[in-house]
Amino acid sequence: MAAADDVNRLRESTGDERWESVEFRGEHTLRVPVEALHPVLATCRNDLGYAMLLDISGVDHLGDEPRFEVVYQLAAADDSKRLRVTTRVGEDQAVPSAVDLWQAADWHEREVWDLLGIGFAGHPNLKRILMWEGYPYFPLRKDFPLAGRPTDLPDVAFTGVAPLEGGPFVATAGAPNTVLREPRSRAGD
Amino acid sequence: MVSPTSIFEAAYDSKIESNVIVTRVDAAMNWVRKNSLWPMPMGLACCAIELMATASARFDISRFGMEVMRFSPRQADVLIVSGTVTYKMALAVKRIWDQMPEPKWCVAMGACASSGGMYRSYAVLQGIDRLIPVDVYISGCPPRPEALIAGLMRLQEKVDTEHALLDQKRSLLTKPATPAV
Repeated sequence: MAAADDVNRLRESTGDERWESVEFRGEHTLRVPVEALHPVLATCRNDLGYAMLLDISGVDHLGDEPRFEVVYQLAAADDSKRLRVTTRVGEDQAVPSAVDLWQAADWHEREVWDLLGIGFAGHPNLKRILMWEGYPYFPLRKDFPLAGRPTDLPDVAFTGVAPLEGGPFVATAGAPNTVLREPRSRAGD
Repeated sequence: MVSPTSIFEAAYDSKIESNVIVTRVDAAMNWVRKNSLWPMPMGLACCAIELMATASARFDISRFGMEVMRFSPRQADVLIVSGTVTYKMALAVKRIWDQMPEPKWCVAMGACASSGGMYRSYAVLQGIDRLIPVDVYISGCPPRPEALIAGLMRLQEKVDTEHALLDQKRSLLTKPATPAV
C-alpha cells in the first residue's frame, strides 16, 4: 500500500477537520493535532508497516500560535514508502514520546528538547544530548541570537559571543540573487 | 699521576679533536628539540584527515623527525589542534595541554582552530588561542599536508631561536609557590 493510501486511510478513520494532508512531489505529509499524534504514530508503526523512524525534527514558528512544530519522518523497512507526520505544540505543551514505538526516537527527542526546548512526555531519559547539562538556553529557537550568549559553568564548559563583524553569516530569505542573499559584508547596511 | 706531557698529548690527540664540536648549550638543546618534535594529534574535525595524510607515506613527516604521534599528552612536545573546537570540547583540549610537560608548543591547524573559521556560532570557540598559547597558525580549510609540513617547519625555526635553558629557568622561577602540605 502506498503512502497516499495510508494518508487517506488515516484521515477516513477520524472525522476531525484539523487533520490536513499535503502532497508535494510525491512526498506525503499528514498534519495532526497533538492529542492524536501518538495513536497515529502507533497505527503507522503497527498496522501500516512504517517500521523505521528516520528522524524527528522541530520547527520554531516564532510569532505563530502554537509556536512549535514537531516533524516525524517515517519509512517502511524496505523503503517502498515514506510518510511525514507533523504536529503543532505550544511553548508550555509537551509532545507524547514515541520511544515506546521506535527506540530510534530516544536520541532524536533528546536533540529536539536540547536545541528547541520542546518537552516529550513519557521519555525515559529526557536530558540534553549535544549541549551540556546546565546550559541555560535552547539555541535553535528563533529568538536566540546567532552569535550565542555568554555562559559559564565552571569545570564543565563556557560559551562566548561570536564576532559576526557584519559578516555574511545570515542569508536574507527571498532575495532575488545570491549576491543580495549572501553578500560578502553587511557592514554598509 | 699524570705528567704534564701526557695532558698535552691527550688535548691534541688528532682522534679526539675530530670528534669534538664547540657550541652553546642552547644551540645544542634546540637542535635536539627541533628535530624530534613529538606531536600530540588533537583531531577534532576534517583537518585531522589531512593530519593523518601528513603522517602517512606520501607526505611522510618522519623526514622532519615528527612521526612519533603520541596519544598520551605526557609524552608529547607539540599539540596539533586540528579541527573545530566546540565549547563542549574546549576545556578537554585545555586539560590535555595542561598535561603536556614543558617545553611544549601548540599549532593551530586550519581556519577553525585559528579563529572559529566559518562557525560564527553559539557552539564554537572562536580560536583555540583564547584558551592556550599558539605558536603557529596554519591557514586553510582544511590545510593541505604541505601546509601543515610548512607550519611545522616554521615551528622548528621558532624552536631554534629560543633560549632553551634560560626560558625554562624563568618558567621555574615564575611558577607559583605550592604551599607545604
